[in-house]
Amino acid sequence: MLNTPAITAYLRPDGRKGIRNVIAVAYLVECAHHVARGIVNRFTDYEQLASATIGDAPEVHLIGFPGCYPNAYAFKMMQALTTHPNVGGVLLISLGCESFNREQLKTTIEASGRPVETLVIQNSGGTASTIQKGVEAVKRMQAIAAQTPRVDMDISELIIGTICGGSDGTSGITANPAVGRAFDALGAAGAACIFEETGELVGCEKIMADRAVTPELGAALEASVEKAERYYTIMGFGSFAPGNAEGGLTTQEEKSMGAYSKSGSAPICGILKPGDQPPTGGLYLLDVVPDGEPRFGFPNISDNAEIVELIACGAHITLFTTGRGSVVGSAISPVIKICANPETFRKLAEDMDIDAGRIMEGRATLDEVGSEITDLVLKVAAGARTKSEALGHQEFILTYKAFEPIGPACLPLKRA
Amino acid sequence: MITPLILLHPDDNVLVCRAPIAAGFETVIDGDTVTIPAAIEVGHKVARGDLQAGDKILKYGAPIGSMTADAKRGDHVHLHNMKSDYIPSHTRKAVS
Repeated sequence: MLNTPAITAYLRPDGRKGIRNVIAVAYLVECAHHVARGIVNRFTDYEQLASATIGDAPEVHLIGFPGCYPNAYAFKMMQALTTHPNVGGVLLISLGCESFNREQLKTTIEASGRPVETLVIQNSGGTASTIQKGVEAVKRMQAIAAQTPRVDMDISELIIGTICGGSDGTSGITANPAVGRAFDALGAAGAACIFEETGELVGCEKIMADRAVTPELGAALEASVEKAERYYTIMGFGSFAPGNAEGGLTTQEEKSMGAYSKSGSAPICGILKPGDQPPTGGLYLLDVVPDGEPRFGFPNISDNAEIVELIACGAHITLFTTGRGSVVGSAISPVIKICANPETFRKLAEDMDIDAGRIMEGRATLDEVGSEITDLVLKVAAGARTKSEALGHQEFILTYKAFEPIGPACLPLKRA
Repeated sequence: MITPLILLHPDDNVLVCRAPIAAGFETVIDGDTVTIPAAIEVGHKVARGDLQAGDKILKYGAPIGSMTADAKRGDHVHLHNMKSDYIPSHTRKAVS
């Protein structure tokens, strides 16, 4: 049994439940970024952010897509992000001549029952005038979003993502397997749990395929890792480096198991691509590597892009394991940082939510840290702030990619 | 006493070192006192029981390769006595 604080969620008109009530200000091309940021800055209250729990006033977050050329992936991502259950209203900021389909995005947001307004800088009198109009628009949306009905939320309605970044030799011994234990506990309670980064799973695709709920899904899991290895090889990056052996890792499959251990031990019930929503509780692999020939460069240029993709799949919270020490958070959904290395924790304690490095020093067991992560997930869902939230971190990156839709074998348990 | 060796999964036949071990250090493995013959660095693996060439090595409860030589309980398990069993199902091409 999990020790569950009451989660009082924001009920959206589409029936999904959020743990935050954010107004998203979204620029639709880099040329509109400064104006959008200018609007968000007027609402950023670091004193309120530093309090232990979220307040009643909807917070304002900056998201956006910098590209001028259209991209189906980016459009799908912006649709998923602006209708995320943690979002209570959206202000779209367009320069005016970019190719992003702002009308269709606005239609999608309206259909989800959220307040949405669009400001086109070229028709709004310029930078200062658009910022002023945007501030007024955000205030209108805050007033509407503040009326969002509050309802009880069960653990089984949560979607939790995990990612590792700035890994070192301790990651695979402490933080990653501890997250695996938390995933097992949350998944057993009915939550949807999502792990990702197929490029770091090379060598354990057979082991992963054996955990699939159907043989067809197992074959699709193997194919996703083969795709990743081919893609990263073309990018010029193999996976196993000499430094890995110095750190005690002997084989490719051993290295990959360290990252893969974040997934825990539950059966794998599906594959998602960025923007797809898990149809049921259970464990999912998020396939982040583009389909087809490499076209736009690296699959994800930094950890932040992967966090955004997890959020686009509906993640309410992301569990971020780090050995070297990352300080990032994210717009829209809170990030919980689990520090694998005890030295790093001592250096960066103000940014770390969980000290998994205690396992290295014999001060805690994997099971204890796993329970601590599970408990913190539930507290954060109930309104407690993560360290990165309290420090005002709202990183966001979205760039170009190309995907085919997921195949028929990918979601065998999907409800008809 | 806090052992410097961690068992990551109950099925594993190797332990992972979490603090540097000097040659000749005595520690406890599964209730028995064992002398570690060679120095072990953090992150490296040690045999949980006696291992024979050909044995699959389990870490995280999963096979991560197999032994190429025998090892006694407490011995270092690494490149000198263990190899990968991973065979990619497709061609690896070097990038020039």
